[in-house]
Amino acid sequence: MTVVFGIFLLTLLVITAAAIVRTQNLFVAVMLLGIFSLLIAVNFFILDAADVALTEAAVGAGISTVLFLGALALTSERERLGTRHRWLSLSVVASAALVVLYATFDKPRFGDPSAPVHQHVAPWYLENTPAYIDIPNVVTAVLGSFRGYDTLGEVFVVFTAGIGVLFLLSVRRGGAAPGGTGAPGTPGIGLREHVIPRVVGRLLVPFILLFGLYVQFHGEYGPGGGFQAGALIAAGFILYALVEGEERTLAALPQSWLLALMVGGALLYGAVGLAGIVLGSTFLDYSVLGANPVSGQQIGIILIEAGVGMTVTGVLLAIFHAFASRGRA
Amino acid sequence: MELLGLYHYWVFVVLLMIGFYAVVAKVNLIKKLIGISLFQAAVFLLYITMGKVDGGTAPIFSGDGATVFSNPLPQVLILTAIVVGISTTALGLGIVVRVKEEYGSIEEHEIQEIDER
Repeated sequence: MTVVFGIFLLTLLVITAAAIVRTQNLFVAVMLLGIFSLLIAVNFFILDAADVALTEAAVGAGISTVLFLGALALTSERERLGTRHRWLSLSVVASAALVVLYATFDKPRFGDPSAPVHQHVAPWYLENTPAYIDIPNVVTAVLGSFRGYDTLGEVFVVFTAGIGVLFLLSVRRGGAAPGGTGAPGTPGIGLREHVIPRVVGRLLVPFILLFGLYVQFHGEYGPGGGFQAGALIAAGFILYALVEGEERTLAALPQSWLLALMVGGALLYGAVGLAGIVLGSTFLDYSVLGANPVSGQQIGIILIEAGVGMTVTGVLLAIFHAFASRGRA
Repeated sequence: MELLGLYHYWVFVVLLMIGFYAVVAKVNLIKKLIGISLFQAAVFLLYITMGKVDGGTAPIFSGDGATVFSNPLPQVLILTAIVVGISTTALGLGIVVRVKEEYGSIEEHEIQEIDER
């Protein structure tokens, strides 16, 4: 039954992707991209990746759609000229497809437990997480502790991208720029004059934020953690901005706080790493942080997950506000 | 049934190539970014597919006696990659918005014409 459902979902994915590329209306493409994300999140879920599904649903279907729409509002909603060099591109893509398809025949069958990918470090993580860290969610254990360096790197990439967007979009609009795109007199975002979306949206926001905090602090026990929580909390604030207007969101959570969250999260992560050195071990070794190595690991993971959550929330919201305020200017 | 075991990989190839086609053939910069997102999603799907183990469950010890778990490592990599992906996509969108402001167009060939003038 699950197999049939999986195949059905995968086929839907292909159809959606083809429709996204075919349509000339970018607004339709972005909406379909949101559906695509939701479908792929369900796929991740039936492939046992609950954490990834949660992230994809919050980021792909929620935040990415809003950011694309923000960019569309600042540019244009239609492709003027669909495709150039169609046959050349098709032949390049087709030959690349043949090469990759040929390679798939060497791949181990789907779900094969003896596939090479399951023989390397993964069994070690599964066996030793209870002894070293003693938290139920192995994904969080690997993310926070065993692979702490990788995650630190990812947090800095997110941070850098956020800084980049702020730099790009905080430049004052040049007077010589041809064609201000936002039609004059377009009201700022916000559905203040529409009663039903506004009431429903206001009702939902507290629960989304509460769920975000739950996901943040329950990440050691169930699917969750800083990345998912950051995306969820950011999505909650973005929903508030969509129904109540961007200014009110900025009043609730000012820009300076967002910057503090961005920087503070990354610094907190780094500081936890340095604390390991100060207490006489190596960078990002949490064992020395607590009374015994296991509780030290747990404290370390909670702290770095908090740092990740802060940075992700701050960056995503700062990016959103950068696009939204560009539209107002 | 033997070939069914490869279906996931074929879907991966098709999605990857749809994204690739959008990047090379489409002239509109936002469409190209959408293509990159599709390409990226295909790679995510490949990783998660490889991590799946028959009869396994999510790698969370919930005390219900499950002994077979899917591979947690690809999940960790993709979990962080999704958030990094949206950040870099946002950076790309930021660049597109600035391009539109400077050139008045987000169609690649028009931008090239303006540059050659």
